[in-house]
Amino acid sequence: MSHRLSSGGRLIDRSTSVRFTFNGTYLRGHAGDTLASALLANDRMLMGRSFKYHRPRGVVASGAEEPNALLGLGTGDRFEPNQRATVTELFEDAALSSQNHWPTLEADVGAVNAWLSRFLPAGFYYKMFMYPRPFWKHVYEPFIRRSAGLGRAPAADARDPDRYEHFYIHTDVLVVGGGVAGLAAAKAAGEAGAEVLLIEQDPHWGGRAVVDGGEIDGMAPEAWVTATLAALKAMDNVRIRTRTMGSGVYDHGYALAYERVADHVPGSEAPRHRLWRIRARRIVTATGAIERPLAFAGNDVPGVMLASAVRDYVVNYGVATGQRTVIATNNDDAYRTALALHDAGLEVPAILDARDGGGGALADAVRARGIRVLAGRGIAKVKGGKRVTGVAICRQSGEGGVLDMIPCDCVAMSGGWSPVVHLWSHAGGKLTWDATEAMFRPDGARAPRDQDGDAMVRAVGAANGHLGLAEALSDAWEGGTAVAGGGGTASEMPRAASRDEAPLAPVWMMPAAAKPALRRKAWLDFQNDVKVSDVALAAQEGFESVEHAKRYTTLGMATDQGKLSNINGLAVLSQALGEDIPQVGTTTFRPPYTPISLSAIAGEARGELFQPIRKTPLHDWHDGQGAAWEPVGHWRRPYCFPRSGETKHDAVTREITATRGGLGLLDASTLGKIIVKGPDAARFLDMLYTNMMSSLKVGACRYGLMCSENGFLMDDGVVARLSEDTFLVHTTTGGADRIHGHMEEWLQTEWWDWKVWTVNATEQYAQIAVVGPKSRAVLEKLGGMDVSAEALPFMRWSDGTLAGIPARVFRISFSGELSFEVAVPANRGRALWDMLLEAGEEFGVTPYGTEALHVMRAEKGFIMIGDETDGTVIPQDLGLDWAISKKKEDYIGKRAQARSHMASADRWKLVGLETLDGAVLPDGAYAIADGRNANGQRNTQGRVTSTYYSPTLKRGIAMGLVKDGPDRMGEEIDFTRVEDGTTGGTMRARIVSTVFFDPEGEKQNV
Amino acid sequence: MLILTCPYCGVAADETELAPGGEAHLRRHGPDSSDSDFEAYLFLRRNPRGLHLERWRHAHGCGKWFHAARDTMTMEVLGTYPAQVTAPPPEIVHASDADTA
Repeated sequence: MSHRLSSGGRLIDRSTSVRFTFNGTYLRGHAGDTLASALLANDRMLMGRSFKYHRPRGVVASGAEEPNALLGLGTGDRFEPNQRATVTELFEDAALSSQNHWPTLEADVGAVNAWLSRFLPAGFYYKMFMYPRPFWKHVYEPFIRRSAGLGRAPAADARDPDRYEHFYIHTDVLVVGGGVAGLAAAKAAGEAGAEVLLIEQDPHWGGRAVVDGGEIDGMAPEAWVTATLAALKAMDNVRIRTRTMGSGVYDHGYALAYERVADHVPGSEAPRHRLWRIRARRIVTATGAIERPLAFAGNDVPGVMLASAVRDYVVNYGVATGQRTVIATNNDDAYRTALALHDAGLEVPAILDARDGGGGALADAVRARGIRVLAGRGIAKVKGGKRVTGVAICRQSGEGGVLDMIPCDCVAMSGGWSPVVHLWSHAGGKLTWDATEAMFRPDGARAPRDQDGDAMVRAVGAANGHLGLAEALSDAWEGGTAVAGGGGTASEMPRAASRDEAPLAPVWMMPAAAKPALRRKAWLDFQNDVKVSDVALAAQEGFESVEHAKRYTTLGMATDQGKLSNINGLAVLSQALGEDIPQVGTTTFRPPYTPISLSAIAGEARGELFQPIRKTPLHDWHDGQGAAWEPVGHWRRPYCFPRSGETKHDAVTREITATRGGLGLLDASTLGKIIVKGPDAARFLDMLYTNMMSSLKVGACRYGLMCSENGFLMDDGVVARLSEDTFLVHTTTGGADRIHGHMEEWLQTEWWDWKVWTVNATEQYAQIAVVGPKSRAVLEKLGGMDVSAEALPFMRWSDGTLAGIPARVFRISFSGELSFEVAVPANRGRALWDMLLEAGEEFGVTPYGTEALHVMRAEKGFIMIGDETDGTVIPQDLGLDWAISKKKEDYIGKRAQARSHMASADRWKLVGLETLDGAVLPDGAYAIADGRNANGQRNTQGRVTSTYYSPTLKRGIAMGLVKDGPDRMGEEIDFTRVEDGTTGGTMRARIVSTVFFDPEGEKQNV
Repeated sequence: MLILTCPYCGVAADETELAPGGEAHLRRHGPDSSDSDFEAYLFLRRNPRGLHLERWRHAHGCGKWFHAARDTMTMEVLGTYPAQVTAPPPEIVHASDADTA
């Protein structure tokens, strides 16, 4: 059984007891415990179930590489699945729950899959669930979804109560990893004068060295770490952070780090997580190495752990993972575990060393303590179900014939070490195979490059393949000095004894010639249930690329991304293919290194801070009137102004009726306003618009269409010529920035010798549309400008003063009514609005919103960009040929519109549509044609682009694109109807003119 | 997350300040062009493994368009230069020659 030792545990505070629950049972740990160490101290080795076979799973590791010990943490709004127990700090009242089982962790029904595992090999899903096809949706998928998967998602109505933020930082050097190599590199870089940011994923410094022992500069590693930290803190140019994981390295020195600021103090004022967005000139990865498991039958039974993790729990947390621990290894390092266990008074009945020659100096030290070392031996099979009860030992070179049985409750395994090369690889750093240590390590000659072509990432220490203390320290010191620019350091390079270990022997299967029955029980990927036999099967079935084999078997997928399984898996694959490991290669390393929270990625961008809102000068008035808002681009515009008791539909009807009958006001400030000035301004606008703008007279306005070079209509609006060389271009509300960018692109990249200057002046003006038969009367009442039909005819503009406010008045109409758009300086907009409301009272003045605007323009057959256009529509489709100049040699989009399919007679064209019974057609409905297409769908001959109830005409009106539409006036066609989300029935409509109201334009020309 | 130095304002701009504009040095084909010329101008783009001459706009900075010579494999930027040219400047051409040699 696992339990807390009576002494020891360098990270825990035995004087502080911490209460927590696991699946509802109250347990106690100590301050400084991780969830994993606290559970182990309470003899909870079984922590979850595996993904596919629901096998019992215990903790394997002590760090970020842990594949099994994933727990649900918290309750209610703070519940989160898949929290890694080995790196999550224990806190008071933490509520832990195990995952992927039903009904309970101990008695799980899904575990029947394990009995069937022989029939559920790699690719089983692909092979089995193909036929019969309807079974997939109704039988297979629901079954798989229920039985597979790890944690459950938080409740749908849960809202994250915590706060998250982003930090931005520029630094000369980012050092990732606070083990002795990272500390040394940071110190060297700092002393050489660089600005340094040093981050460590754990709450503690020192990495493995403080557990594994040795001497640095004559001190115990722990003392050296303390001294070095003090030195770093004393340097103004060095910043250090714990609980901060280097998540990803991207192009040109960009890096992300993930700080778990307050995970261990839930509900505190601090932000819970912080995403560091770092731009570093150089990045040092001192990310250490991860121990590899050994593949032997039963290596997934709870109680089988990495050798390094076993000693971590003893040394760091004072926790024994078992009373009797058998150690299986292919290298010397695992002997350190024997020493640590022996120091703690725990039994080590045997060390099974796969190497025929046994170990080196460390092995001698172990033997000197009277511990039995069996060379050339391995584990044939682990005994036990939910907990190890013993091991059967065999010759490593054989097929697994059992030589002896050793009762034990823990197995510590070590298959060698793999440098953590993730960050090195993210931005393109290449790896090289080190046959001596049987590991991939960074190839310094093929580092990721920065914008200048220089190496931007440098791996140091164990992350660079230097597993010895002295070697790691000198590599790190050299690296830290180099990335800082090679300046001198005040201190000397830290010194330690060189590594004295016998060479490792690669062991990819234990025993080497294991029979199929054993290979089927030898796990490579504990989280995804991938075994040695699965990888061999994938190779046999032709999945020879490591990337294909990964996806076929799911090796190295899910939340641990194969930190333990990848190298063993590809070694097995290479054996099955008869190739060398470097030829098979690794799968791609992608960020993040370990999962980071979505909330940290979102940062502050939630709720009101999600996106900035653009407000017109009249926004506060609208808000005070209880406007129903509509987002248009980043703007908020009033959709309508419902009065108490009114529905939106009622309000829109009232607003239209009042405007057509008397006086309406619209806040048109969001309209794009771009000033185009210069000797070549007229020539430029001739290229920008389909119609001729150079012929526009000063003082006049003209409606224009703008197309992309692809020929499609992209924006429209009224252009006013302010002077011989100055134009004011009005764009759609959402289009101002885009169109300004479009102009600049052409001016800067194509016609850069043209003398034109553009300014986006949209926000400089408040613009109010004064609309309706009484519009002239109200402006005359304000006084100051002659707005008579003679002085200001239709499609003219005039500068002047209205009620003492400098104003530019455009006589243009988007409603078909007598209409003036009045532009005043933005800060005078509210004053003008208030005066218009006051003066207009006798005319029944009525502010209206965007819906009334839309309905009135549709009644007049005016198009709306985004309704009648969708990026595939050309002006000719909309009957706007009158606005396309025949005289101009060129304009943007002209050549494209000459392409055969653009000029085709088969294109759908704009018409008006009216239903026979006055009902409103559904938006986007398709017009049905005879017959069906190749997919069995009904053929179509058109679609609705705009559809409204017209209060003016008291019936539904619509516009749509219909094949040969303009030639089919009066014809009746059927449209699809959608009810409750499904298509049902049809609606008949007659093809009519697009102009439903006042076709002669008598109302606006008064 | 690239860093490109804007040749106008001199700022070493983060990619978040920039808007991409695709391949540089396209020649515009207008109303009298052949279908194949127009197709090439509008749709056909190089997608090289290696040196790419490309357009960028310092959209959230000085607003100017410029060109960058970037290696799509190593992310090395051989240089940036103003957009008001029809071909890369000689120093870029030489740098890229030296690079491939």
